[in-house]
Amino acid sequence: MSKFASGDTLVPSVLAVLLLDSEGNRIIAKYYQGFLGTGLEKSKFEAKLFKKTKNTNTARSDADVIMLDNTIAIFRCGADTRFYVLGSAEENEIILNLVLDGLFEALNTLLRGQLESRALLENLETVMLAVDELVDGGMILETDPQSITSRVLMRGVEGTQPITDMSMSQAIATAKDQLFKSEYLRPHTGALNPPPLQV
Amino acid sequence: MSDGLEETSGLSLSSMVKEIQGLKDKFKREDADCPSPFADLEKATVLQECRVFSDAKVVTESPRKCSQLITKLLHIVTQGDAMSSSEVTEVFFGVTKLFQSTDASLRRMVYFFIKEVAETCNPDDVIIVTSSLTKDMNSNEDLFRANSIRVLAKMIDATMLGAIERYVKQAIVDKNAMVSSSALVAGAHLIRGSPDVVRRWVNEVQEALHSPSEMVQFHALSLLYEIKQHDRLAISKMVAQLTRGAISSPMATCLLIRYITAILKGSDVDMLASATGRAAYQFLELSLRHRSEAVIYEAAKAIVSLPGVEERDLGPAVAVLQLFLSSPKATLRLAAMRALCDIAIAKPAAVIKCNDDMESLISDSNRSIATFAITTLLKTGSESSVDRLMKQISSFMNEIADEFKIVVVTAIRELCLKYPLKHRVLVGFLANFLREEGGFDFKKAIVDAIVALMCAIPETKESSLLHLCEFIEDCEFTALSTQILHLVGSLGPTAAAPARYIRFVYNRVILENAVVRAAAVTALTKFAAQLPTLRASVSVLLRRSLRDEDDEVRDRATLALRLLGDDLVANTTEVNLLLEPFSMSFSRLGCALNKFNVAHGLEEEGLALNMTTLPVVDDMGPAASAQSASTAIHTSSPATEDVATELYKMPEFATLGKVFRSTSPIELTESETEYVVSVVKHIMDNDHVILEFLITNTIADQLLVDARITLESTDDDNVYTIVQSISAAKLRCGVTTRSWLVLRRNTSESNIFAAQFVAELKFRVLEIDPNTAEIEGDEDGFAEEYPLEDVEISTNDFMGKARVADTDFRSAWESLDRDGEVLEKFSLQFKDLESAVTAVTACLGMQPEDNSQTITDRTKAGVPHSLHLSGIFWVDVRVLVRAQLLLDEKAGCVLKMAVRSPVLQISQIVADCIK
Repeated sequence: MSKFASGDTLVPSVLAVLLLDSEGNRIIAKYYQGFLGTGLEKSKFEAKLFKKTKNTNTARSDADVIMLDNTIAIFRCGADTRFYVLGSAEENEIILNLVLDGLFEALNTLLRGQLESRALLENLETVMLAVDELVDGGMILETDPQSITSRVLMRGVEGTQPITDMSMSQAIATAKDQLFKSEYLRPHTGALNPPPLQV
Repeated sequence: MSDGLEETSGLSLSSMVKEIQGLKDKFKREDADCPSPFADLEKATVLQECRVFSDAKVVTESPRKCSQLITKLLHIVTQGDAMSSSEVTEVFFGVTKLFQSTDASLRRMVYFFIKEVAETCNPDDVIIVTSSLTKDMNSNEDLFRANSIRVLAKMIDATMLGAIERYVKQAIVDKNAMVSSSALVAGAHLIRGSPDVVRRWVNEVQEALHSPSEMVQFHALSLLYEIKQHDRLAISKMVAQLTRGAISSPMATCLLIRYITAILKGSDVDMLASATGRAAYQFLELSLRHRSEAVIYEAAKAIVSLPGVEERDLGPAVAVLQLFLSSPKATLRLAAMRALCDIAIAKPAAVIKCNDDMESLISDSNRSIATFAITTLLKTGSESSVDRLMKQISSFMNEIADEFKIVVVTAIRELCLKYPLKHRVLVGFLANFLREEGGFDFKKAIVDAIVALMCAIPETKESSLLHLCEFIEDCEFTALSTQILHLVGSLGPTAAAPARYIRFVYNRVILENAVVRAAAVTALTKFAAQLPTLRASVSVLLRRSLRDEDDEVRDRATLALRLLGDDLVANTTEVNLLLEPFSMSFSRLGCALNKFNVAHGLEEEGLALNMTTLPVVDDMGPAASAQSASTAIHTSSPATEDVATELYKMPEFATLGKVFRSTSPIELTESETEYVVSVVKHIMDNDHVILEFLITNTIADQLLVDARITLESTDDDNVYTIVQSISAAKLRCGVTTRSWLVLRRNTSESNIFAAQFVAELKFRVLEIDPNTAEIEGDEDGFAEEYPLEDVEISTNDFMGKARVADTDFRSAWESLDRDGEVLEKFSLQFKDLESAVTAVTACLGMQPEDNSQTITDRTKAGVPHSLHLSGIFWVDVRVLVRAQLLLDEKAGCVLKMAVRSPVLQISQIVADCIK
């Protein structure tokens, strides 16, 4: 990662974005600005963070927050997953919350509300790209869920093949969706084509 | 493939659902077999599979397969199995082939992958994709343009940037927000490496600042600030302009608030009073009414952090924070609580109006918020609300983790110092939690708090002592038990009813492990030593420990009983031995014993070893000893190694007696010079002074021969005569060798000890080959001289820092006859007492007693500070000094000093040390 936004800068920035499953295993772990040098430090930190937050039962609709080792971690829960956005202790936690909400809502749309770890892993490509559209080297790139969604899907680019490794339940949901749309209004070009059903 | 849609929509809904249901069941079974789609991925296998990237057919026909492979690879890296540089390079070349495909999703994945590995990859390899990326930068697709710029920013340098600069500038003002944002963020990354190029984009960035997109505004503002960063005037102008309302984006407004705060904090004058300062403050206040919570919070945080902000200016900020306190969002509550907690440190009164809201937060489900609420309440609470607050906290304390409890304990300790009258409730509260469950750190925090309060508020002494005694009845931590037993031993005997503590202490002797038993025996001893009435009964208890299974416990009991005497009519000096701490630290005792051994090993005479015959070793300050303790792990502590060891090895000095004391090494050169010289002064116990010069040669191609130091006295007194000079024979590079000078003091001038000399290092230089160490050129070399700093022998070199060993300072002072007293008064050039005390102590070279080197608050208020010093003057004259220091408006620092010693002349010499 580039050394952008290191220390002295005033720009609101993110130190890490983490997605962990119900056992604290990584689904996504992106660290920025040289936060936590070695791999060992990172996994130790994740373990500590997970231990402190695994028993917090917050509703899916709202974020919770914890201060840990001179950082602020804002987190939200999926079915069996935890989404974290970390900033320095001096960071504006509400901005970090905006970042987390952006990611959470975007993934919620992209994965059709299926935020359990299996769905995240099955659509890992989508998840990785969503994080990449959210933060660039610690700099907050976009927090609007809709913009993130359409950028991840490369919406509006010709020749787009959909990212279609959805699980069957998603496939049904998509199929239903498309069915309704096809009856009432034609799907707009290029948007979320259904998955191939011949499996 | 996309024809699937048409097919499915052609089917009836029910049959389709049925069809899919069947498929779903089939898949469910497979799901159970394989919990993660990425389970059991092998890096080597995936790398192998990645070879298909070079197959043009696969790339164009199955882009999905390719991007899945990339995902798998990145997943492996995420799980912590990093790719080696060669592996990265191999895959990277494969991935570059994927540019053949026109599939947008695959292209997006390729961009992502290149960014991820750009750093681990060899820069020369990365370069090969620039042409593909530059092509994408000119694509008609916005998303291609945006992404390719982001990728390029991670890998290009200033020269290459020059070539594509034109496109980046275009991108900055692109009408698509994503393209513009990507270019601006790229600029923010690139300005580190190529500041000059990026600074040329200032006009485009300025234009982007007025983009309708909020994120573009934010990115443009941050880059614009970076560009103008070193021009303070331009920054002020830019910020002032923007405060007039050009910006709508919340993030950009937050950033603007930070820039304003930085400017206000950076200015040295009272900015808030100036017109620009006032305008800035107004902007902050206006921002408190912004639609975005992030901006409101940022503005409130900025206002409370302004230097010199007054309470009435804080009002609006505190008001919005108060609203946040009742927000359903945990983030908002924590944010507000943190800010209020910060304000409460300096201005508790400003936060009082939030007390009700904060009290309801004590039961917040988020423990961080609750802890902040409590600690803040403890700062803002009035004396009358303490009781109610404590009740609320006690229910809360059982629910939170130890680390939060410790924070609360610290806050209670501070509250008690603030409202000493409430000590009963507060200390009682602390004591209650001693009995609850908790880890060592938590219990230690409570014990420390109670002990600190005992020192600060004498009224709590008795009750706290009982609380602590009750705690050790059931304490699992040996360290805390021994600490408390020690405390009971030192404070218990002077308490109102000392006998009540005996039971607690004796219970430890019966029930605990050896370490605690030993501490308990010592505590009992102190009761017996100080309280004749209890002596007989305590002795009975002590006698039971004579048959303890542990050596240390038995030893302590035996020693105590012996010193107390069989008839229990102990004499005072022996009892004092039980009460007084040992007069020197163990490291110092070890050092002194070493010296004794070395000195007397050479001589035949059998000298009895006792405290008075031990050589004097300087006391190290507490800081120095603490430091050596921490460094002791890495190096053997220098204190334990006797500086005079080398001296005793020299047969030439055998007749010169023993070393009275040695100074620490004094540098005579800068540490980076060609030849590094330092000197150690050894004061012998007869009229000799031996100077030990440590010479280091740092020049590789020189061999120094016959290196010696010459001295020339700067005054005519000729206090010292040089009687012997021993030169260092050979000095190779990097080796430290010693050269010696023996000086004899002319006893006719018996009252003068100080002297100053001009020193010079003399030697012959032989040139050598640094590799083979063979001498090149002249075998005899040439003579060379090297000037050194002056060598000074001062009176305080003859003073050993030694504590009064067997009694306290006052009785030692009174035991010295008034005939040997010298009184002096000086006016010193010091601005504060701390430096004056340090300087006087250093000047005399003596040991401060009774902790009198620490300035207490009381003395700061115009009352003179008393300094007690003790030392041993050459060779065995006990010298004591009582000094008073006073800061005076006119005269500066006034020092009144009384020096006592058995010899009036010596008292005078010591007094004359102050010039």
